[in-house]
Amino acid sequence: MIALETHDLTVTYHKRPVLYGVDVEVEQGSLVGIIGPNGAGKSTLIKSIMGVVPTAGGWTKVFDKPIKENLHRVGYVPQRESVDWDFPVTVMDVALMGTYGKLGLFRRAGKKEKLIASEALDKVGMLPYAKRQIGNLSGGQQQRVFLARALAQDSDLYFMDEPFTGVDAATESAIITLLKEMREKGKTVLVVHHDLQTARDYFDHLLLLNMRLVAFGKTEDMYTTELLQKTYGGRLTILDEVAGQSANLPEASHKK
Amino acid sequence: MTLDLANHLALTLGQKAPIAAIYVGICCGLLGCFVVVRRVALVGDAISHAVFPGVVAGFIWSPERNPWVIFLCALVVGLFGVIVVRAIVSSTRLKSDAALGIVLASFFAFGVFWNSTQQLAGVKGFLFGDLTTIADADLWMMTAATAVVTILIFLFLRPFRVLSFDEGFAIGLGYPVKLLNALFFGLLAFAVVVAMQAVGVILVSAMLITPAATAYLLTDRIQKMMGLSVLIGIFAAVGGWWISGLDNRFQTGPVITLLGSMVFALTYFFAPRHGVLAKFLRHAGRKSRVHRENTLKSIYRVLESDGFKVAGVGVERLAEVRKLSLEEVLKDGKDLVSNDEATWEEGKTAIYLTSSGWRRAAEIVRNHRLWELYLTDQADYAADHVHDDAEKIEHVLGADTVRKLERDLDFPEFDPHGKPIPSLEATLTMEKTTGKQEDTGY
Repeated sequence: MIALETHDLTVTYHKRPVLYGVDVEVEQGSLVGIIGPNGAGKSTLIKSIMGVVPTAGGWTKVFDKPIKENLHRVGYVPQRESVDWDFPVTVMDVALMGTYGKLGLFRRAGKKEKLIASEALDKVGMLPYAKRQIGNLSGGQQQRVFLARALAQDSDLYFMDEPFTGVDAATESAIITLLKEMREKGKTVLVVHHDLQTARDYFDHLLLLNMRLVAFGKTEDMYTTELLQKTYGGRLTILDEVAGQSANLPEASHKK
Repeated sequence: MTLDLANHLALTLGQKAPIAAIYVGICCGLLGCFVVVRRVALVGDAISHAVFPGVVAGFIWSPERNPWVIFLCALVVGLFGVIVVRAIVSSTRLKSDAALGIVLASFFAFGVFWNSTQQLAGVKGFLFGDLTTIADADLWMMTAATAVVTILIFLFLRPFRVLSFDEGFAIGLGYPVKLLNALFFGLLAFAVVVAMQAVGVILVSAMLITPAATAYLLTDRIQKMMGLSVLIGIFAAVGGWWISGLDNRFQTGPVITLLGSMVFALTYFFAPRHGVLAKFLRHAGRKSRVHRENTLKSIYRVLESDGFKVAGVGVERLAEVRKLSLEEVLKDGKDLVSNDEATWEEGKTAIYLTSSGWRRAAEIVRNHRLWELYLTDQADYAADHVHDDAEKIEHVLGADTVRKLERDLDFPEFDPHGKPIPSLEATLTMEKTTGKQEDTGY
């Protein structure tokens, strides 16, 4: 079963392409690391799949349906820095947000939802902090709360944006244990990751990205000099230049 | 029915103005919370100024001053302002703050200019607010608008909360985020229009922001924040109206705003957790605790270097070790004594630790040495790099962490510099021996 399929996914920022025609098919039950240098478009890839940033072209299917129709099967963990942690909510409130997708716009969270959220918090070791305001947590704890929210969503496919950034070693190993557990249960997880060293141990598949898809496959097949050179060996200078020129073209040339 | 209620209240209080003031407090208080946590205060400010040409248009269109016409014109122009801001941001390199500034100024200036060419009576009340001119029809309109704002906010409370906290996640949940945002800014324009007659378009943003910002300093829960914000808003609006009635030179808008600002100022200083005074006291408390603990630690070290043969430390010796003057050491000693952690020898020439002082001193030394060992052993620090870090960490390590450290390090006896780490049992024995030494010491 294919969990995620993208076709010719292209993203532009201020008319300048940042991601070119990504084609990828991810099997259900894969734990995928999205790897690439800074500015390679790793976060942009998952944001565009989720619809958080608009795409300039291409499409995404999740479990054989356009992602819009299957969004309830998808969980998303944004970067920790993307939110204001002074926001006046508790750890429990954030975990409960995970259940909102199934509740729709108006139904209130009941006992069942609170139980789901408590279990998710317990799983990441944050249940004792349930009543705390989220600002009083360490970076690792904040990341755990985000994971609990994702667990409460009980999705089949997850996208996580740099969950290992700025967390302590204990949290990092707790997260990776959790991810492997999720894979055992048949969940598919794509993780934006920037550390080539640990990626080898963490993921079974790697998606090498540098403004375009360099390669996607089993982790052990990705560590070749050629592929790593292609991924990390500097930006594609000509592509970059042309992209810059095309951004300055009159509007009409962009429209199909 | 709501109108009956409003009329009834108006009759009871004999005035329409306080009812209108309550409405302003509710509308602005509720929406203001989201304005503050979403950091779109400037948007509220821009909308409130941008509605002014709409007010002028309403007066021209309806010379008999039909509030619905004025309301509608103001609303349309306010929302048009938001659209212009969006257009500027998406088509230029300007960011939203500059675009908001441009729209705010140009729309407002146009309204003022237009009004000056028309010489319309009553428009000025909308500039600085005049609750005394509220008519039945105005109250009608405000009742309806307040009901709409309140019902919609409570209906959309959870989606709004998720959207405000984490827009990306809201999109991932499948929420109609664009629609929700449109609804939010629509409601914001509603609140502005409700409040403009009371406080005037120039100061509406004060009613939107100040009560909510004050509430934000008082609580960490958004539901409580909304309740407090409404209460503060009502207090400022009703109180401001009452005060402005004392002297006919006072205009309601500025007085309401000033009263709200005073509540904010009080909260800023005296809020129990987030106020500056509380923060200062917490900080000072922590600082003096750390200072006391450092004194205890020095006393412990002196006693340790003497092989724990004597129980007391001479004040001069302590001054020398701590590199402090005699007066400073006497002051530090006084702090310890007043905390029951030490006692003076007669004449204040030497100081003895009490059992609780002993326990804390041994704890701090243990924390310090355990942490040094942890850094060198497990984090591969060089032995001469760990002291400064341990100087800070020793004061914050909790009992749980200490136990974990001891376990991880396999209950060590010596720190990286070869000094013995006082164990828990040793601390207790020392307490006992101290008791004896105290007897002999005196």
